[in-house]
Amino acid sequence: MTHDPATIERLYCQLRRIRRVEEEIVRIYPTDKIKSPVHLSIGQEAVAVGVCDNLGPDDILYGTYRGHAIYLAKGGNLDRMMAELYGKQDGLAAGKAGSMHLGDVAAGMIGTSAIVGTTLPLSLGHAFALRRRGSAAIVCVFFGEGAMDEGVFHETANFAALKKLPILFVCENNRYAIYSHVKDRMPEVNLCERAEAYRIPARRIAGGDIFAIRAAAAEAVAAVRAGGGPRFLECETQRWRDHVGPGEDLHIGYRTAADLASWRAGDQNARLAGLLGAAARERIDAEVEAEIARAMDFAEKSPFPAAHTMYDHVYR
Amino acid sequence: MSTGRRGGRELSYAQAIGEAIRQEMERDAGVFVYGLGVDDPKGMYGTTLDLHRVFGADRCFDTPLAEDAMTGFGVGAAIAGMRPIHVHQRMDFLMLCMNQLVNMAAKQSYMSNGAVHVPLVVRAIIGRSWGQGAQHSQAFHSYFMHVPGLKVLAPSTPHDAKGCMIAAIRDDNPVIVMEHRMLYGNRGIVPEAPYAARFGQARVLAEGDDVTIVAISHMVVEALRARPLLAEIGLSAEIVDPVSLAPLDVGTIAESVAKTGRLAVVDTSWAACGAGAEIVAAVHERLQGRRAFSALRLGYEPTPCPTTRPLEDVYYPSAKSIAAKVAALAGRAPGDWQARDIVAREIAEFRGPF
Ligand SMILES: Cc1ncc(C[n+]2csc(CCOP(=O)(O)OP(=O)(O)O)c2C)c(N)n1
Repeated sequence: MTHDPATIERLYCQLRRIRRVEEEIVRIYPTDKIKSPVHLSIGQEAVAVGVCDNLGPDDILYGTYRGHAIYLAKGGNLDRMMAELYGKQDGLAAGKAGSMHLGDVAAGMIGTSAIVGTTLPLSLGHAFALRRRGSAAIVCVFFGEGAMDEGVFHETANFAALKKLPILFVCENNRYAIYSHVKDRMPEVNLCERAEAYRIPARRIAGGDIFAIRAAAAEAVAAVRAGGGPRFLECETQRWRDHVGPGEDLHIGYRTAADLASWRAGDQNARLAGLLGAAARERIDAEVEAEIARAMDFAEKSPFPAAHTMYDHVYR
Repeated sequence: MSTGRRGGRELSYAQAIGEAIRQEMERDAGVFVYGLGVDDPKGMYGTTLDLHRVFGADRCFDTPLAEDAMTGFGVGAAIAGMRPIHVHQRMDFLMLCMNQLVNMAAKQSYMSNGAVHVPLVVRAIIGRSWGQGAQHSQAFHSYFMHVPGLKVLAPSTPHDAKGCMIAAIRDDNPVIVMEHRMLYGNRGIVPEAPYAARFGQARVLAEGDDVTIVAISHMVVEALRARPLLAEIGLSAEIVDPVSLAPLDVGTIAESVAKTGRLAVVDTSWAACGAGAEIVAAVHERLQGRRAFSALRLGYEPTPCPTTRPLEDVYYPSAKSIAAKVAALAGRAPGDWQARDIVAREIAEFRGPF
């Protein structure tokens, strides 16, 4: 199957941008400039990019503490994201959120949560309100497979289907909740069946192929937008780094080098780089590096918030 | 901290908790440990490390992410005569357990007129530092202190950490043991033979005549740091660690306040409707008509916890801010004297990522 060059360029640009941003976070982390837990998506970028390529600026995104990739894929502002990670005044939440609670209403991304499963039911209410207002926008909610252990997933799925709400559920199945394998948490790993039990059409995209993710998401988004009620996507993926922090984690011993290697071999970043001509790739890479350099500089130069700002916005 | 014999064996707070659990698991086959990550390679900061290897997967196991049902599971197992220990890496997650703890665990003994009881232990670790932020830093002890049928322990020293864990496991009621991430590295003398702390028994950690500082959990460490600052201006502070928040040892605290005439409670949470409010009121009721005293509640600033370090530094009480406010309570006009900064090493030296 061939893909048009513009699409390849667009997807590659986002994949590359997210990968390089998080590699920069890895590089900077030992300097202690980022004093907050970071949950990296290195290895998982194709899900965020493949899905968000189908969302418009008015569509709403909810997600988790593993939020850098979805935020950037949704068209997020890298300067303000980096400033937030640095705890600075020009950060998305002026230092009140940090990496775990990225949010930017302008980009349609509502603040992410560090309590697993907690944004799932918020998608219900948001979708309900959008529909009541006659909006064509939909809600897309990202979560890990760990969130599907929680009762609130089932309560959310049931209500979404009952009310035929315009929600796209995207489960990033990286098979681990911290160091706990999904097979040690579920008698059968039947994520799609769980959604289907509530009569939500579901699809599993294995292997991490970005074009397959994008195509499945396109179909699902169109169906949701057309008023067909919720859809569910299970996107198989793999995080390459530790659950939290910048480190590698094979030494911990909960997963095998072979497992990780197979996913590294299927890296969508490298794959799309190979599909592009050298000139296009070099141009995109240079643009990405320039954007990152600007963002780091922006974050460095932004001041820390003044003490009195801590009391702002407890209430509206 | 003078919490044990001189020259005894030293353990960290985390090791003391681990030893208590291991010893109780050896003693009683009904004791088991469960919760997210308890059998993983990090073993809950080492406190549950390798228990599944030593005692088997039936007695130390991981669970799905399902706090509500997993709490109910523990209540049911406890009703059936076991002694479950449910572990939460952050106390914030207890909000998902609230219904089972408050409506079920706390009520079983009463609603059955004593026919049923719930010897369940819930371990909850408070996170702090390295940008834990609004959802990974909260301490909810006052919520649980409010509920008849629940007990709440909050040890600050390694010695009490072991004694409290053993007491909680042996008790026939649901007990919340509140631990603090920033206390885990603290070392102190811990006797090897098992021993149980007493519910409702506070500990006077330092004696003084001018002001009673009741400090909770990690704030004990900051209060002890504030003490020499206060001594610089001639104020001698008595530091009391309640250890057991429910039941509360009102007697020991009131006795101290009767001597000093001043009470400051420094909490590891917000002051409003908190443990400090309860302690001040209970002491007032006890001393009413006998001894008037001035009182002060200190705690987190009344905001959610910010992530960035400069705001975190304002958010949490420190030795310096405690000393300044206690000095004001004792009538020291501001401007008289400026408390020095004392570096909180466990916080300054903490490195993430978690
Ligand atoms: C309700 C709740 N329980 C436990 C945790 C601790 N915790 C943080 S991340 C995590 C694993 C979640 O795994 P998953 O949902 O698959 O997402 P991933 O981290 O793999 O992206 C756990 C157990 C939490 N944050 N919230």
